[in-house]
Amino acid sequence: MLGLGAARLEADMNRLMALLFHQGVLDEQFMQLQQLQDESSPNFVSEVISIYFRESEKLLKNLRSLLHRADRECTDYRKIGIHLNQLMGSSSSVGAKRVRTVCLAFRAASEHNNWSGCLRSLEVLEHEYCYLKTKLHELFQMEQQRVMAAGARYHPLLS
Amino acid sequence: MVVCCKGSALSRLWKSKDQQVQQLKHYQPQNSKGGGNWRKKFLFLGILLGVLVSIWIFLSMNANIIARRKETLANMCDERARMLQDQFNKTFAEYTARTAFERPLTNGVAYALKVLHSQREEFERQHGWKIKKMETEDQSPVQDDYTPEKLDPSPDQDEYAPVIFSQETVSHIVSIDMMSGKEDRDNILRARASGKGVLTSPFNLLKSNHLGVVLTFAVYNADLPPNPTPEERIEATVGYLGASFDVPSLVEKLLHQLASKQTIVVNVYDTTNSSAPIKMYGLDVRGAGEIHISNVDFGDPLRKHEMHCRFKHEPPLPWSAITTSLGVAVIVLLVGHIFYAALNRIEKVEDDFREMRELKVRAEAADVAKSQFLATVSHEIRTPMNGVLGMLQMLMDTELDATQQDFAMTAQASGKALIALINEVLDQAKIESGRLELEAVPFDVRDVLDNVLSLFSDKSQGKGIELAVYVSDRVPEVLIGDPGRFRQIITNLVGNSVKFTEEGHIFVSVHLVEEVKSSCDFSNQVIRDSEDGIGMSYNTLSGFHIVDRWKSWENFRMFKFSTEASDAINLLVTVEDTGVGIPQDAQSRIFTPFMQADSSTSRTYGGTGIGLSISKCLVDLMGGEIGFVSKPGIGSTFSFTAVFQEGRKNLGDMRRHHPDPPVSDFQGMRGLVVDGRCMRAEITKHHLQRLGIHVDISLNSKSALSGILEACNLSGAGHLDMVLVDKEAWGEGSGLAFPRLLAEFRQNGLMKPQENLPKMFLLATSLSPTEVDDLKSAGYTDTMMKPLRPSMIAACLRKALGVGSKRQREKGQAMALRSLLSGKQILVVDDNAVNRKVAAGALKKYGAEVTCADSGKAAIQMLQPPHKFDACFMDIQMPEMDGFEATRQIRSMETKVNELIKSGEASSEMYGNVAHWHIPILAMTADVIQATYEECIRCGMDDYVSKPFEEEQIYSAVAHFFESGTVDSVS
Repeated sequence: MLGLGAARLEADMNRLMALLFHQGVLDEQFMQLQQLQDESSPNFVSEVISIYFRESEKLLKNLRSLLHRADRECTDYRKIGIHLNQLMGSSSSVGAKRVRTVCLAFRAASEHNNWSGCLRSLEVLEHEYCYLKTKLHELFQMEQQRVMAAGARYHPLLS
Repeated sequence: MVVCCKGSALSRLWKSKDQQVQQLKHYQPQNSKGGGNWRKKFLFLGILLGVLVSIWIFLSMNANIIARRKETLANMCDERARMLQDQFNKTFAEYTARTAFERPLTNGVAYALKVLHSQREEFERQHGWKIKKMETEDQSPVQDDYTPEKLDPSPDQDEYAPVIFSQETVSHIVSIDMMSGKEDRDNILRARASGKGVLTSPFNLLKSNHLGVVLTFAVYNADLPPNPTPEERIEATVGYLGASFDVPSLVEKLLHQLASKQTIVVNVYDTTNSSAPIKMYGLDVRGAGEIHISNVDFGDPLRKHEMHCRFKHEPPLPWSAITTSLGVAVIVLLVGHIFYAALNRIEKVEDDFREMRELKVRAEAADVAKSQFLATVSHEIRTPMNGVLGMLQMLMDTELDATQQDFAMTAQASGKALIALINEVLDQAKIESGRLELEAVPFDVRDVLDNVLSLFSDKSQGKGIELAVYVSDRVPEVLIGDPGRFRQIITNLVGNSVKFTEEGHIFVSVHLVEEVKSSCDFSNQVIRDSEDGIGMSYNTLSGFHIVDRWKSWENFRMFKFSTEASDAINLLVTVEDTGVGIPQDAQSRIFTPFMQADSSTSRTYGGTGIGLSISKCLVDLMGGEIGFVSKPGIGSTFSFTAVFQEGRKNLGDMRRHHPDPPVSDFQGMRGLVVDGRCMRAEITKHHLQRLGIHVDISLNSKSALSGILEACNLSGAGHLDMVLVDKEAWGEGSGLAFPRLLAEFRQNGLMKPQENLPKMFLLATSLSPTEVDDLKSAGYTDTMMKPLRPSMIAACLRKALGVGSKRQREKGQAMALRSLLSGKQILVVDDNAVNRKVAAGALKKYGAEVTCADSGKAAIQMLQPPHKFDACFMDIQMPEMDGFEATRQIRSMETKVNELIKSGEASSEMYGNVAHWHIPILAMTADVIQATYEECIRCGMDDYVSKPFEEEQIYSAVAHFFESGTVDSVS
């Protein structure tokens, strides 16, 4: 029964992953990330992702504050560009493809000193980021449940 | 007519000028217009000059004519004046001598006597008449009814000059006192004072009322002293002789004597009083043109006379001047027109040229647009393909058996080939614009061909056609050239063949040109396959008839002329098929882009028809030629040559591109190929030999069986490891039946049952499910699906023979990477926590011990010698200090330490027993472009890997310096 649950959970996870892939939210880099996870580092993916979320949140906050200054004339586009590069780098590392794509557009807007374009991009970026976050959380929850289910199943054997 | 000509020419000129102006307006933007304008200006300047010249000619000729006319007039006038003058002077000179003669020119001659007042009474008495005065009281001497009787007697005067004798014509003046007329009196006084003939100014003669002059001579008595004074003369005067001249009649008579009197009008004036000249003779006919004036001297110095002559008629039109100048003008205009037309033509051509150039620019723009379109589309295709490839990669990392593994690898390779193909289509634009440059990298021809084969293996298996490749042993293993382009050509040709072949075979062979040239003696089995058909079946790969492939390259330059000896490797590649062939009429345009044999082709077979033209371009670029021979219904053979350099076999280089199939596993094994068709057997043998397997061929079952038996009985060197039987060794399905023969042998006791038979493999292009089921029962260990490829054969053999470990093979690279990185201390420098974590994770996976640094400065500190790190992965884009700068500082640090060690100032013990510090630094970069790479190398980095990490790339980058490192540690 529990084993079946684990199998179902795994199927659900796969479906969710497939959906995310299909939507272009994630790309193969995420797969590579998963491959890096093995016995020696069982929580590798979730560790990386949590770092990613932490860093990204910081960057997003910075971007928001940079763009929502009172005087739009003095917006520091160079700083925005640096933050975006950071965000893009980490996004491509975890395979957050859509976030990365939005970052690209954002960066293009910032390069043209296009304040309203930046603002629009920021909105989209936050939306994408939230989506990615909820979906990945969902995924990790399932993973946890699966591990727990698997653990529950194998636990008697181990003990 | 000339004028009309001129007029039309002018109007034409104007018209064309208008046109030109329009054209000018129209083409003003083009700058090279200036040249045309310039020429036009010159032309018009020239025409203007010509017209001016003709006008000048006209003017000069006209002036000439006028001058001549004037001269004529002057001559004529002078002549007349001279004559008149002569007449007068002559008249006076001979006057006395001729008094007696009736003279035409003098109206009349009269003699007046000098009578003093004292003598008047006596004189009047003597003559019986009174001296009368000339003028009447009313001062009008000019009267028609002039009679002396009516005249009043002369008033008293000091002196009188009554006419006593007169000629009959002037008899009316007898008794008239000449002194009473003012003119006459002056005349008389002057005449007797001067002693010369004196003329009056013209006046109306008495009675005749004609204009005339009176010439007066004084008559002296005999005692006039020589050289007398006027007083002595007056004293000596006896009387006066007067002659009246009727000037008009005089001149009239004179002029009558001269010719051409009618052409000129002559007027004679007395101009003594220059303000009011008196007309002495002349008609009032208004002559035309100008007047010529000649002075006439009638011998009286006090009086002046002039003769005015003018032509009676208007000067005729100067026809000669007009015609000459008009002729010149017309010629000039005609020549001008010709030049103008020529200029127009030139201009038109120039305009066309400009237009063409503009069109060319537009076409090029369209070309660019096309390239951009291709780039976009190929990018769009590439993106999903990456997903496919990623998934395949994942699939391959799962537990698969050898066949599945091969399938997955094939799928991945095909996917990669597809991406490459997209890129290659993209290159068509480059080829066409001449921007394509060929690479020069080492590559393995056999690998390239295997790749192409695997790309088409599905199709050929589906169609059930044989697809085989043969590379001559003389072709070097490693060539230097452009493998991608080479493969593109072969892919195109094979793709075409696969498309158009429904049954039979497609055979790709690669030879050296020299080899083929020298093989006219039919030494090579594979080259010489063509025409020696046995019975109905030809000795070809599939037994189908093929075209004479020699014809496809007989026109090649390389074959006609001996190539100079060099290290260049001339390859001859032939792709032979038994397809539908190319219709004769289409053969001439087969290499034209987008041109297919006929329009139905694309409907039946699809495709754009661009492939062959690309191939031709590429072959040209490679310094080779492409040719073909084709017969409809029989098949086609395409051949091309390509020039490469021979490359040194260097494993390190090669591994980056194509991992070598593990050869060593099969080294020294023996195999037997059983096939009735020797061509096919040769090819199978060729592939097995590439795996290091020693191969024999049996062309019939009997020799095969005996061979197997013999081998079974032998042990050691003669031992057979495998038998490969073609499914259609001697015809349909005969291959499948072969093991049965063997089984029969065994039953007959010819073979010991426990003797381990060699593994049997079936070679097939296609297998039905029932045949698959039959296989095992028939005694085959496995099948090998054609086209044969070493990797596939190796996989199959491994599975069957249990050679090598699956994991080692599949994860060979990962293992190699693991072995390389295991236990190595690696520093990862990245400011991005996520990237750091991922990179560290990736490297840890391969057993490396990873330390992380989050900035360039931290990295520099950690890499201060001595340190424990074996390698460093450095992000390029970091705030504060980027990867380049950090690397530069690390390198300078190392150099300093190295110098210290070298100079002995510091012992190497201080620096961890390392004599030379140089940590390999690999750049991690998201954008892998050439400029970045060069920058990396320039600032002292060793290599770069792109983010996110890829297994192969890390491997190739790391292997580079860790391999040499392991060698060092071993030594």
